[in-house]
Amino acid sequence: MTQASIKISREPSVQYLLRLGDTCLIHAQRTAEWCGHAPLPEEDIALSNMALDLVGQARAVLTRAGQLEAQLGGAAHDEDQLAFLREERDFRNLTLAELPRGDFAMTMLRNFALATFFKLLWTKLERSSDAELAGIAGKALKEARYHQEHSGDWVVRLGDGTAESAARMKAALDSLWPYFAEIFESDAIDDEAAASGLGPRWAELAADWRTEFADVLGAAGLQLPADRPFRSTGKSGRHSEHLGYILAEMQHLQRAFPGGVW
Amino acid sequence: MVSVAAVASRLERAWALLDRVLDPEVPVVSVRDLGIVRDVVEDDAGGLTVVVTPTYSGCPATEVIEASIVAALEEGGLGPVRVEMRRAPAWTTDWMSEKGKRQLREYGIVPPGPVKAPSVAPLRFVPRPKPVALACPRCESLQTERIAAFGATACKALWRCTACGEPFEHFKPI
Repeated sequence: MTQASIKISREPSVQYLLRLGDTCLIHAQRTAEWCGHAPLPEEDIALSNMALDLVGQARAVLTRAGQLEAQLGGAAHDEDQLAFLREERDFRNLTLAELPRGDFAMTMLRNFALATFFKLLWTKLERSSDAELAGIAGKALKEARYHQEHSGDWVVRLGDGTAESAARMKAALDSLWPYFAEIFESDAIDDEAAASGLGPRWAELAADWRTEFADVLGAAGLQLPADRPFRSTGKSGRHSEHLGYILAEMQHLQRAFPGGVW
Repeated sequence: MVSVAAVASRLERAWALLDRVLDPEVPVVSVRDLGIVRDVVEDDAGGLTVVVTPTYSGCPATEVIEASIVAALEEGGLGPVRVEMRRAPAWTTDWMSEKGKRQLREYGIVPPGPVKAPSVAPLRFVPRPKPVALACPRCESLQTERIAAFGATACKALWRCTACGEPFEHFKPI
């Protein structure tokens, strides 16, 4: 017998938290792929540590999403059910987080883009009307600062490094740039969160993100690429072909052995 | 009817026992000296509730710490004991006791300095200040450099001393 999937409430506050929690979770999963494969031991350790922070943040946010769902009259799903028993279309992470890890330059650029975004978002969420979320944010913000500093250093080091490293960072920027736009696309779920004080519209963070991102790119000898009309749609559940494979690996044990624990 | 004095003595004993519950990843500093035990209260049901704050969101030692606290207090006859995780206000290394910092140093880990108020300005990369040099825990030299911001655990950074050639860890101020 295998474990059946669960369905999640469409309540905007729950969806808002799933976007955040799922992005942390899938980003953690991708980052953890480097464990045992990073180009040097210090980076192996650093990436594993950052993945752990992200898993911790995901656990806290998904737990809170389940609690809000219950308060709003839905089922009381816990963090494990939310992570392991939802289907691909019910994940709300940014498409950016699920893209294959690529080379080290690609990983560091994505880490930098997301850490910069998370730093700005957690800063706002520290003042969330939801005290529990504000508490999670206070803790996560300290971690995001370290992640941003670490990955930003690498973007500069590679971009301003050898011809090979600079070419790789440039290639990473060209392939990831179209996916950054989705972070700052706002919709009705963001509007509800802003109205209730749960959290900001992600679009509000765009200007600050761009300033910090451009500053680091400048130090790395790179320029912001031109914006393009392409929009990825992971936040609303329409994912790239890559998420299914992550979920197959991540969810396999709970699906095959329902409720199994360590 | 439990007297006020009896409650006070029970709480005092609880704090004394917590002094002996060590952090599993730095097994020389107690959870009390680490500053993660925020409160101990007697609850309505007559049990003890220990309020603990996590160090890092993903710290894998959290569950072990919870279990050690419950075990230590229940073995000390103070049960039933419950651990409550409270995230806010977020843990800071400023809550580490002086004794805890001394024990870290003796163990070979450079203790965290005071946490500086984080800058609200955007992160700037050029020019970038280097981290202030730490004194090597073995030879006291200031000729040290940071190798990596992350060490064997999330709470520590890797450093090395160029004078004596030894690597060492730094408990990051956060």
